[in-house]
Amino acid sequence: MSKENQPKKLKDEKKAMLYSIIPGIGQFYNEQKFKGFVFLGITLAFIYEMIVFGANAITGLFTLGSVPVEDHSLFIMIGGTLQLIIIVIFLAFYALNIYDAKTVATRWNKQLPVNTTAKSVLYNVYDNGFPYLLIVPAYLMMAFTIIFPVLVTLFMAFTNYDFYHIPPANLIDWIGIKNFTNILFLSSYRDAFTSVFSWTIIWTLCATTLQISLGIITAVITNQSFIKGKRFFGVIFLLPWAVPAFITILSFSNMFNDSIGAINTQVIPLLNHLPFIEIGQVAWKTQALWSKVAIVLIQGWLGFPYIYVMTTSILQSIPEDLYEAAKIDGANAIQRFKEITLPMIFMVAAPTFITQYTGNFNNFSMIYLFNNGGPGSVGGGAGATDILISWIYKLTTGTSPQYSMAAAITLIISTLVISVSLIVFRKTKAFNMEDA
Amino acid sequence: MKNKLKSQKTSTFLSHFFTYAFMIALSIIIIYPLLITASSAFKSGNITAFSLDFNADWTLANFQRLFSETLYGTWYMNTLIVATSTMVVQVALITLAGYAYSRYNFMGRKKSLIFFLVIQMVPTMAALTAFYVMALLLGALDQFWFLSMLYIGGGIPMNTWLMKGYFDTVPKELDESAKLDGAGHFRIFWQIILPLVRPMIAVQALWAFMGPFGDFMLARFLLRSPEKITVAVGLQTFISNPQNQKVSLFAAGAILIAVPISILFFMLQKNFVSGLTSGGTKG
Repeated sequence: MSKENQPKKLKDEKKAMLYSIIPGIGQFYNEQKFKGFVFLGITLAFIYEMIVFGANAITGLFTLGSVPVEDHSLFIMIGGTLQLIIIVIFLAFYALNIYDAKTVATRWNKQLPVNTTAKSVLYNVYDNGFPYLLIVPAYLMMAFTIIFPVLVTLFMAFTNYDFYHIPPANLIDWIGIKNFTNILFLSSYRDAFTSVFSWTIIWTLCATTLQISLGIITAVITNQSFIKGKRFFGVIFLLPWAVPAFITILSFSNMFNDSIGAINTQVIPLLNHLPFIEIGQVAWKTQALWSKVAIVLIQGWLGFPYIYVMTTSILQSIPEDLYEAAKIDGANAIQRFKEITLPMIFMVAAPTFITQYTGNFNNFSMIYLFNNGGPGSVGGGAGATDILISWIYKLTTGTSPQYSMAAAITLIISTLVISVSLIVFRKTKAFNMEDA
Repeated sequence: MKNKLKSQKTSTFLSHFFTYAFMIALSIIIIYPLLITASSAFKSGNITAFSLDFNADWTLANFQRLFSETLYGTWYMNTLIVATSTMVVQVALITLAGYAYSRYNFMGRKKSLIFFLVIQMVPTMAALTAFYVMALLLGALDQFWFLSMLYIGGGIPMNTWLMKGYFDTVPKELDESAKLDGAGHFRIFWQIILPLVRPMIAVQALWAFMGPFGDFMLARFLLRSPEKITVAVGLQTFISNPQNQKVSLFAAGAILIAVPISILFFMLQKNFVSGLTSGGTKG
């Protein structure tokens, strides 16, 4: 009796893993024929692909082509990137194959059931792999539209792709980190970069803080119980969010026109009727400072409803007795707001606030549609109100495009945004990763 | 005592007064730009700037001109095609993925969730040149499917997070009892959980649908022929050229976009308020 229960070595894990150096063989050893054939098939398909296409694609990635006109450097780069992804996927599969050989061998030894028939293997894949089935479509789409393009951009940042080097007439070459050193040390680019970068930071902080505080203030004020016509005001306050932003930005752009715009011809004269107010015509579109003021104000107008809606629903979820208790303890209205309301809002809405900041950091439409980054120029093709993202757009779409430079700047700002927000996320514990 | 009561009364009066003053002022600031844009659509003659004056001659001719003199109708159809396909595919993908992240504990789950969070911060713009090269290679310039795919992919990370957050609010006991009753993976998802997250699906559908109506950058960059562009790019041409401003046509075209979208927006407003906060809290 006790002898039969002794675990006896049915399969050797090390042997199974060793066999799996050729994927599939380890699975044969584990008596999983169907799996073995599938794994072997995948490996053969990969080897075939490498011979027919892959090997060339990888060497192409190093040379980026050698004969102008005949070799299209960009397409070669894309092919090479694609091949890299295929190789990474195969390596992941390869690791999985060895891991699988080991775990199945262990199952034999522990006398746990092992699926040997095709049907049971397939069912097992469905049962355990169901979540993967659900996420694979999303990942495929992201691979094609985000991961792959970002990789290509990454590579581009280290090439000399610009209007002097347009394939297929010219070849593109690797130039190392020259684009990055140019941004840092070449005075024309460095000045433009510093100027655009500092305005981007100021813009992000001012505009986002304005829209968040306006949203919170509006929510707190309209949440008072005595107010009549709450629904009516609620609809009006949501209008800036409901109407597509590009329409309102273009309207504002027209309204802020220096000579014919409604602000200078209607609003300011009207305000001047009020006592003590004396405002002259403001050069909204031609003076950098006033353009910046206008853009920040408009973004406040556009962005506050989202925060307002969110804050209102948070306010309604705060239990009334919290305030009652605070009142009994002698806290006045301001204290109650500071100690109860604000912390509550920030606890729930902190992640949203952070995404608002990153959103404005990359708020292309606002800058581009209002005044096309103008007025004036700060070098490198950028205007006074251009933020990094709209500068990249200009570098890419202008008459003398600087693709690789744009890619290098993209890389810098993406690294920046990601690291800053990761730090903030971690600090605020905005996304509770224990739960995730 | 009397004095105290009186001062309390005045302070209530003042607080009420300032509250209403704030709300009315804010309403005016919101309505004014929208009103002068909208009213320009009904003015005859060649106006170059929006303004508030009610002495103009009112007309519907601008709407007629929009469809007879410009390609507005074509643009609108283009945008509808892109928006609808974006909406259908994106909602399907993020619902599946959000469900998987909410309900299953699989290898790599936590890491890939963080990956979503990170990739979400990379601006779509970042890869503009790469998109262009890909489009060249695939012959996809001027093609709606390519643009639509970029919208779909760009929206996946953030919206999967939101979707997951909403799925998290549906109690897990529901799945467990269904499982005990012998329901399979697919049935639990399709028949039990999915009907409960309909509000969030409606919100996501609306956002995905609105995206192409508002996007300017990608559409302008990837759609090149005048009869292939979307309505946002088209309308911008009416107003961007200072020598040839068609302000009233712009306004008329804007109304035809803003009104249906705003109506959808207000119809679904209740849903996305709950969707937003629950997605935010549960992360």
